[in-house]
Amino acid sequence: MLKSLRWKFILYAAVTVFAILLLLPTLTSQLPSWFMKVIPTDKIHLGLDLQGGMYLLLTVEGEKAVESYVEQIRNNLKDELKERGIPVGRLETEKPDRIVLEFSGAKEKVDNLLSQRFTMLHELSPSSEGGIWKVRLVLDSRETDYVKKRAIDQALEIIRNRVDQFGVAEPEITLQGTDRILVQLPGIKDAERAKKLIGQTALLEFKLVDEEGDVDEALKGNIPPGDVILYQRSVDPQTGAARRMPFLLKEKTLMTGEFIKDARVSLESGFGETHVSMEFTDVGAKLFEQITGSNVKKRLAIILDNNVYSAPVIQERIAGGRAQITGRFTPEEANDLALVLRSGSLPAPVTILEERTVGPSLGEDSIRKGIFSIIVSAIVVVLFMVVYYKATGIIADVALVLNVVLTLAALAIFRATLTLPGIAGLVLSIGMAVDANILVHERIKEELRWGKTIRAAIDQGYHRAFITIIDSNLTTLIAGVFLYQFGTGPVRGFAVTLCIGILANIFTAVYVTRLIFDFVTLRPGTKKLSI
Amino acid sequence: MELIRPGTHIDFIGKKKYTLWISAIALLICLGSVFLFGGLKYGVDFAGGILIQIKFSKPVDISEVRNAMDAMGSKEAMVQAFGGENEFLIRIEKASEDLEVLSKKIQDSLQEQFKGKSAEIRRVEVVGPKVGKDLKEKALYAVGLSFLAILIYVAWRFKQVSYGLGGIVALVHDVIVVYGVISIAGIEYSLNVMAVILTVIGFSINDTIVIFDRVREDVKKFRKEDLETIFNTAINETLGRTVLTSGTVMMVVLILFFFGGAVIHDFAFALIVGLISGTYSTVYIASPVVLFWEKYISKGRGRS
Repeated sequence: MLKSLRWKFILYAAVTVFAILLLLPTLTSQLPSWFMKVIPTDKIHLGLDLQGGMYLLLTVEGEKAVESYVEQIRNNLKDELKERGIPVGRLETEKPDRIVLEFSGAKEKVDNLLSQRFTMLHELSPSSEGGIWKVRLVLDSRETDYVKKRAIDQALEIIRNRVDQFGVAEPEITLQGTDRILVQLPGIKDAERAKKLIGQTALLEFKLVDEEGDVDEALKGNIPPGDVILYQRSVDPQTGAARRMPFLLKEKTLMTGEFIKDARVSLESGFGETHVSMEFTDVGAKLFEQITGSNVKKRLAIILDNNVYSAPVIQERIAGGRAQITGRFTPEEANDLALVLRSGSLPAPVTILEERTVGPSLGEDSIRKGIFSIIVSAIVVVLFMVVYYKATGIIADVALVLNVVLTLAALAIFRATLTLPGIAGLVLSIGMAVDANILVHERIKEELRWGKTIRAAIDQGYHRAFITIIDSNLTTLIAGVFLYQFGTGPVRGFAVTLCIGILANIFTAVYVTRLIFDFVTLRPGTKKLSI
Repeated sequence: MELIRPGTHIDFIGKKKYTLWISAIALLICLGSVFLFGGLKYGVDFAGGILIQIKFSKPVDISEVRNAMDAMGSKEAMVQAFGGENEFLIRIEKASEDLEVLSKKIQDSLQEQFKGKSAEIRRVEVVGPKVGKDLKEKALYAVGLSFLAILIYVAWRFKQVSYGLGGIVALVHDVIVVYGVISIAGIEYSLNVMAVILTVIGFSINDTIVIFDRVREDVKKFRKEDLETIFNTAINETLGRTVLTSGTVMMVVLILFFFGGAVIHDFAFALIVGLISGTYSTVYIASPVVLFWEKYISKGRGRS
């Protein structure tokens, strides 16, 4: 008997000490460095509702990625058909994943081309009228899925990259489901800036200005074929008035930002303007040299997300692979622009589905008040148990405190996040711990009233109460597991602390208190139990 | 110390003919408030929309904030005082796609209109229509499945469907009461309130099981008594525990209510309501359901 008690005591004490060690990093930051090597836990991770920060749920518009992919295929197809001398009438994208092609001549030639170079396209409903063939080409559905998936993966990578460069401590950027990206930035100060940085598509394009076309005519609706109108937006620094200047551009994109190796803010500002200078990769540099070489004296527009930034005249062939974007940037804007250019453009636009930003002061408030009320309630409950159950109330108190310690330690070791609903789960599990102790105590009292000896009363009391405690805790645990499995976000946070709390509860209220009871009544001839 | 004297025998079950009416009327009021009078206000979390919490360092009257919102054309905005002094909550419930733009416009405009009063934006929540719908569906799914699991477990443990059913009916009662009181009190249904509902479910099933467990034990002990008497005995035997547990937990929740801060205030209020309902429903909902089932549907097999 005594021996088995001793072993139990050693085991329970070891668990307690280990739990306290796990919690030390949360309680104090002044730990010696060797400690972190031995006990590899962090602080308990607080949710953004408690510590302040920004939570963003984004969706990547995969459809748009498919659309631009099909657009690219169409351009390639156009070039290939031209190369092979096939007379083409219409060649348009009809739906995001569908191209209409009209041509005359032998159909075999086109079929050959399609089966050799464009296997991702399926031919639909070919028809012929007066020697003109009309076919619809649909993008393969597997290819569509692949393009969408790749867009998500790339977007995730690029956003991660941008956030890293922006410099946020402990950001979390994860994929949610199939098409959503969850971004969590603790302690962020300038939410607007961060949002802009993450959400900007940052598609950089170089297009030639159509020097022959008439901008005014085009604005009336007579846009020359193969041309497009884009605007340069500028804000007058004195009046604050916004201006939009139209540009008539060749639709064809000569080069995009994918060849950028590096982008920096350059400080050599002659006219008080900040530049962002770009350096291209080797391939990009050659391409840029070729483009500038064959278009000397023409204007080359630099376009970012469909806004014209500048359209300088190409003076000569530009070798060395460098270019600049000028504009009336504030240093902060220039810095962010350089950052997004460096990290690459998003493959498709992203939209914000959900945003939750908690300012640091509010989070602090919540924590301060939360901790205050927890301490007050702890004192009230602990005192109550001692007043009501006298000496054995202390045993219940040990169990309660240990329950909280174990639950928090488990949160630390599993790196679970503690949120406001999580605290509700904690409160519920503490309530159940109080209940378990009360059940045991009331039952022992009852058995004593029936005239049982102390040892027998404790035995019976635990035996009877055990069934009830297990039943009620297991029922709640089952509900908790389902909530965890099928719930999202806050429901999950609640379920995690509840489940851990209940497991800790079964251990502390049933096993630990029993051991203490046994120790207390070990002395033969114990006549009175202060309960 | 004894709060409930041993040997106390109150005829709880005997009063069920009165409490049945009380429960029925309470449920009708709650359901009526939720369904007929559009009482349950879905917060931004579920309805989609914008929530902005703003604090000024200098005195600002609530009417000034309202005027400011009107001035920028956001007539659908609701403004309420929140938490400490000069702190307000602005809510716009709207399921549209361009909420981000609107949110930025409001923030900029408020900063501009209250320039000298150093407005601090303390919290911004923007929930798009898709997300709100998702959250609602998933939460419903999670709660429904956990109810089913509880039903199965309790029915299996007590070897009778009636016990599981009694527990679940009591849970449904508690959930309706909490929803009803929230809707009557004008509290918004938010994610935090949903956490309360889950907590109430936990407490309520715990309470029910403690008494059912005692009934199971007493059924073996007093073989000659009828089930109604046994329920009464069981409730009385566990009365001390019921009062102590509910009392202790209620103390904790009251402390949260008074000291927990503005964010937690509604949360604690709903929890108080749920605790009362959960304790009541064990005696006057769960038990009568079992008694009714055993008496009329399974004809007393519950005693075996």
